[in-house]
Amino acid sequence: MTLLDVKNLKTSYGPVNVLAGVSFAVEPGETYALVGESGSGKTTVIRAIAGLAPAQEGSVKFDGQEIRGASERTLRPLRKDIAMMFQDPVGSLSPRLTIRSLITEPYRIQGMKDRDLDAEAKRLLEMVNLPAHFADRYPYQLSGGQARRVGVARALALKPKLILADEPTAGLDVSVQGELLNLLNDLRERLGLAIVIITHNLNVVRHVADRMGIMYLGRLVEEGTTEAIFKDPRHPYTRCLLSANPEPDPDARLERIALKGEPPSLLKRPSGCEFRERCPFAQEICTQTPQWEVDNGHGLRCLAPLHQGRAA
Amino acid sequence: MTDTLLEIDRLSVDYETARGDLKALRDISFDIRKGEIVGIVGESGCGKSTLISSILRLTAPNTRFRQGEVRFKGQDLLQLPERKMRDLRGADISIVFQDPMQTHNPVLSIGQQMLDIQHRSKASKAEKRARAAQMLGAVGIPDPEARLDQFPHEFSGGMRQRIAIAMALMSEPDLLIADEPTTALDATLEVQIIERLQELQQEFNCAILFISHHLGVIAELCDRVVVMYAGAVVESGEVREIFHDPKHPYTRRLIDCDPGHIKERARVLPTIPGEVPDLANLPGGCIFRDRCDLATARCVEVPPLAKLKEGHHAACWLNHKEAAE
Amino acid sequence: MAKSRSELGQIITGVARDPLGLMGLIIVGTIVFCAIFAYWIVPFDPVGMNIKSRLQGPSWTHLLGTDQLGRDTFSRVIAGGQVALQVALPAVFGAMAIGLTLGMIAGYGPKWLDNLLMLLFDTIRSFPTVMFALAVVALVGPSLQTVVFVVMATSIPTYGRVARTQTLTLRNSEFILAERSMGASMTRILGVHMLPNIVGVLAVLAAMDIPTVIALEAGLSFLGLGVKPPTPSWGALLKDGYSLIRQTPWLVVGGGLPIILATLGFTFLGESLRDVVDPKLRKQR
Repeated sequence: MTLLDVKNLKTSYGPVNVLAGVSFAVEPGETYALVGESGSGKTTVIRAIAGLAPAQEGSVKFDGQEIRGASERTLRPLRKDIAMMFQDPVGSLSPRLTIRSLITEPYRIQGMKDRDLDAEAKRLLEMVNLPAHFADRYPYQLSGGQARRVGVARALALKPKLILADEPTAGLDVSVQGELLNLLNDLRERLGLAIVIITHNLNVVRHVADRMGIMYLGRLVEEGTTEAIFKDPRHPYTRCLLSANPEPDPDARLERIALKGEPPSLLKRPSGCEFRERCPFAQEICTQTPQWEVDNGHGLRCLAPLHQGRAA
Repeated sequence: MTDTLLEIDRLSVDYETARGDLKALRDISFDIRKGEIVGIVGESGCGKSTLISSILRLTAPNTRFRQGEVRFKGQDLLQLPERKMRDLRGADISIVFQDPMQTHNPVLSIGQQMLDIQHRSKASKAEKRARAAQMLGAVGIPDPEARLDQFPHEFSGGMRQRIAIAMALMSEPDLLIADEPTTALDATLEVQIIERLQELQQEFNCAILFISHHLGVIAELCDRVVVMYAGAVVESGEVREIFHDPKHPYTRRLIDCDPGHIKERARVLPTIPGEVPDLANLPGGCIFRDRCDLATARCVEVPPLAKLKEGHHAACWLNHKEAAE
Repeated sequence: MAKSRSELGQIITGVARDPLGLMGLIIVGTIVFCAIFAYWIVPFDPVGMNIKSRLQGPSWTHLLGTDQLGRDTFSRVIAGGQVALQVALPAVFGAMAIGLTLGMIAGYGPKWLDNLLMLLFDTIRSFPTVMFALAVVALVGPSLQTVVFVVMATSIPTYGRVARTQTLTLRNSEFILAERSMGASMTRILGVHMLPNIVGVLAVLAAMDIPTVIALEAGLSFLGLGVKPPTPSWGALLKDGYSLIRQTPWLVVGGGLPIILATLGFTFLGESLRDVVDPKLRKQR
């Protein structure tokens, strides 16, 4: 049974419609990546799923239960099953609390006070490979990588079914980034977690995600298995994103496809295909509005799709 | 060596703290030639920011220069009177910072800010404005004349960073210091900025000191690379040498860690276990010893930054053994 | 609890390391010590009259001389300190506690509640303090409690506004979002996660506010709106001294000096406290 089913989710702040209808589904144990530039609405999507951002229309079903617009009272028991990780590793930890209090916070919030919290803290720190004496430290005494592990430990405290991770590798050095991704991969296999990960780092996506969705201006423009999308991106925007990935090799032959201009304002969405004005492959047909079409599990919103990286 | 622009010579810098002296930079030596792009790579705590503030002499009050010189066109900047140093900043040496959202004064229009930084010029206001518009055009801001009257919040992050670059290049400096200028930007914008910097470097022929922790960006942009770890230079050389034939274990493992070059989905990504040592309480010997899988008994001594061949230096005893054989 | 005590210990050590802070600490410590142990320190009964030795200059018996009723000025200064702190401490800490609570509710709660509380704060702030005091005294008569009430009521908006601004900044920070994502209740978010991050800023404000309140109490007593005679207060001393300045300057000195000292002491302490608390906040960003 589908764990998370998001259908036609829409969010507006006044006249600015940040999400213009987002749909995707995540199966238990699956890792799904949402990719896109800043302002594409990816953070809003996961915050709306967790009830931290408003969503005026659409549906979010978790384990079959509708949670869009649900009251905090209805949501509280579900919060055990959905855990979040935020961008800033240190900034997402309450600064005046010890690490012990921070990672056992979920038990206290859920009213599980009969647990031996010291023992739980020890178990969780061990799980993310941090020494037990870290329990007495404060967030500002940790490095980015250590703080991120604390964040992972806290997210896993209640054995959730789903983790929503917003740029979990942001601000981490490459040598530490690998550790975190290995940890997430390992925990996912052992605990059968589903993960929705948001990132603009495509190198990260390739190593953790089973499937991915590419967002542009608050809509998905392409979706498919990570393998298929890296091998044969159909949407020009995906192609541009993939090509804008500097290689750590001075002799790399880059077939770079430049994006023209800047992302348009959400207040003045372009007519027809919204990517048309920046698209290096735009054709006459693109003045019409493309529909979302799914072919063999590969979703696409484009009237002039590419094939093997070239215009058809 | 007449074409050397900036020469950092055995520079050591400490911070005085309550816990004792924090040895932020130790024996740093490298140089930048005219019109060359030099990249500095290093992770958090490697001393990149201390290095930049030392070059510009914009250091915190608890900074102590222990030894060494920062020679710019043959002149030691550390000995220069403050007034002369002020003339140099923004004229001969300019800087672009990491966060484009905080670089500009939010209450002044971009045009006003670009006029203000031409305060040394004797040109008329109209001429200065024309020059500002020309620079905005050069960094690829469409319709520059009209956009001069707009305020920083009316520009996107990528545009603001390009404006910052335009402002830094306005005085046609000999050296542009770019401090992680693409870190706060998306990959698509990052690529735009790198390409723009390459074009501008050709046009203005200024040297660029480009600081980044992103190996892909360094590989693409730079002619030469300096690798720093925990306040010391561990390796420096031509970009190809560094990426294809790294001679320091840290450089090699840093490159291995970058998931950018692992094309197939990896079950376990390479990492560098351990932590950067405490700079207030240095362990002694090679700074990377505790995390190095190739460490030997000899590593209890500090290895010198030795010349391996023309333009390639590394601080590791492994290379000495090779040379001896 | 052990945790907050050690944090307090760190703050006090930090203040004592700074020369101005140390001076502030010594002055404030002395004032508080004298106020607490006033009963044992005073050489004479502060309200005991002795007409024979009236309006004397300083001597070994009467360190600061005597007033028109022969009361020992030094004893009245010490006892006045007790009164000053009895007004200043409850007024400032009361205002801080109420301001903090209302400010956090305004900053975190729904928009309409925020607007309502802000309207209330602005209304209170629009009354001039002295006019407000006059009105209250006219209604209930002058007393220590009246002064405490007036001072408290007029300073609540200041604390409330600062607390609200801090709350507004914090409420969008990631650690608060993280708490919300775990389902933390509003009381938990405000009490456990916001309060410790706001209270430092307000404590600095309070330390700086105490001398103002002491001066205000003196001012109100000077106008006859404060504590009733014969209770000794620094303001009352000044008032008496003012009318007798031709006969002896010592009453004015006795009333003025402690006010100046208290102002300096608490201001030094407050400034040093701000420096100690701030870098820590910055480090935690």
